[in-house]
Amino acid sequence: MPKSRAKAGPGKVGQTMVFAKAPTILGAASVVGPREGAGPLSGWFDVIKPDRLLGQRSWEMAESKMVEEAVDLALAKAGVKRRDLDFLLAGDLLNQIIASSFAARNIDRPYLGLYGACSTMALALALGAALVSAGFARHVGAVSSSHHDTAERQYRSPTEFGSQRPLTAQWTATAAGAVVMGPPGQGDLRLTHATIGRVVDNDQKNPFDMGSAMAPAAADTIVAHFKDTGRKPDAYDLIVTGDLAAVGQPLAGDLLAEKGIDLGNRFVDCGKMIYDETQDAHAGGSGCGCSASVFAGYLVKNLAAGKLRRVLFVGTGALHSPTSYQQGESIPCVAHAVAVENGRVCGN
Amino acid sequence: MDAATGLSLGGFVTAFVVGGLICVLAQLVLDLTRLTGAHVMVLFVVLGAAASGLGLYDPLIRFAGAGASIPLPAFGHALVQGMLKGAASTGLSGLLSGGLSAAALPLTVAILFGLAMALTFRPKG
Amino acid sequence: MAKADKSTAQRYARLVARRSPKPPVLRNAVTAFLGGGAICSLGQAVLGFFLVRGLTLGEAAITASAVMVGLGALLTGLGIYDEMGRWAGMGAALPITGFANSIVSPAMEYRREGLVLGVGARLFTIAGPVIVYAVAAALLASVVRLLVSGGLGG
Repeated sequence: MPKSRAKAGPGKVGQTMVFAKAPTILGAASVVGPREGAGPLSGWFDVIKPDRLLGQRSWEMAESKMVEEAVDLALAKAGVKRRDLDFLLAGDLLNQIIASSFAARNIDRPYLGLYGACSTMALALALGAALVSAGFARHVGAVSSSHHDTAERQYRSPTEFGSQRPLTAQWTATAAGAVVMGPPGQGDLRLTHATIGRVVDNDQKNPFDMGSAMAPAAADTIVAHFKDTGRKPDAYDLIVTGDLAAVGQPLAGDLLAEKGIDLGNRFVDCGKMIYDETQDAHAGGSGCGCSASVFAGYLVKNLAAGKLRRVLFVGTGALHSPTSYQQGESIPCVAHAVAVENGRVCGN
Repeated sequence: MDAATGLSLGGFVTAFVVGGLICVLAQLVLDLTRLTGAHVMVLFVVLGAAASGLGLYDPLIRFAGAGASIPLPAFGHALVQGMLKGAASTGLSGLLSGGLSAAALPLTVAILFGLAMALTFRPKG
Repeated sequence: MAKADKSTAQRYARLVARRSPKPPVLRNAVTAFLGGGAICSLGQAVLGFFLVRGLTLGEAAITASAVMVGLGALLTGLGIYDEMGRWAGMGAALPITGFANSIVSPAMEYRREGLVLGVGARLFTIAGPVIVYAVAAALLASVVRLLVSGGLGG
């Protein structure tokens, strides 16, 4: 057990919430599209859809369906009924987060809609953990999604438009990841800390290079996390950003190195993990669903198996809109970090 | 260009090379500047109109046929030629109406096909 | 932490420039050449067809354009043109077939938003600017040409 936990009481240190009564992860599920299902993490996802429309009448409703399915599957794994869910925390990339809200309409539980762009899953986990830890809820669902075609048509161009993507561009993943959190002591996986990021803007303006825009926010939050918790990088088996991808991740490494922090090869990124080089995803994956599905799929399963003892999951979001970048504004970004550990392996 | 040279091997090679080079020029602008694809398309249609006004585009079409008449600058050129022709026959009203009249055929086809395709096919993504 | 100050932003911009992958300029140029050349050669066959039927070069060129627009529209409908564009870049976007793609793709994409506010309103989202500036530039070029040659008012 790191000394920081003993030192920090319940409450907040700097930007970091320290959960003295650490909420647990009771179940997690990921639902992904065919491209993601053909990638390196194929075996870690629970459901791989054969097509991106899922038999729905629009890409948007297909995304919403994935959200609902991921939540139901996570509930089933947790052994929790829909009606026992105290709150559902959900968010996605679409205008007015319709994928989440339409899924919440069906799930029919008290709903908190969130927007943090690709940091949404980390945001939902942080807020859910706070609700459970404070005793306002026993069971909280956290879910986040993205869909390649809904994002393309909203942020870029119609799907059948023949344009070339620059190498810095990321491919919005068609994926949803859901987690069901429960009260302290109910399971092995514990959420111990959540570091809430500031909005960081280093004046990047290229909407086809999200990684470069988000890297400073990721570095800022990681630095804050270590400062607040007194932990060193070696407290974690993995420090996982989502999604800086191939351009942004080395940049975050550069910025951390300037602060004297070397994460070494424990520093990985969901956007780089979800596709391989043959999949024409350029810099890598992006979208709320990318980090959500990698967390709910790969990370939670490895933590549960004890193959990973403790990870820092850092969701990174670019908070621009088509309106703001067309008006020439730079891209403000945010990153939130949550520390998750296997209490059985890490000890108490 | 007449039918004989147009359908000769040389005619095809010239069309390929000139058309290809115009596209390469656009690609270089796309890759080496911060302009987006939409900006490059606008730029080249404007360049086509300018070249036409300078009397340069018509000879290029005579030389390269479809190599010059298929890339987007030809759209700007068609408008200029239509406007000049209109101005010569009916003055100001011809100047203002001649441009779009000259380009009405491909524009109308594009609108009709846009509707037809939207009603027939669904985007595959 | 608010927006980064100018020196931080500039220093970061240099870091980004160092880490950013350079576009494969040569490869893109080659595929643009091959793609654009191939489409223009096909256009040449159509142009030749109309020339054989006795149309003037100007008439044949605009009619061939219209045929190529139809072809580009069809390939977009079949879901092929976006793949061509991904490979050939401006080699697929700059020929008039690409102009058709830019009209048909939003029409298809926004079909689900209805015939009027979806298809109708969105048809020219990408092609609209091209037409607007083509008309403006052509008018300017024509007026200058007429002033220089003294032909205005004829």
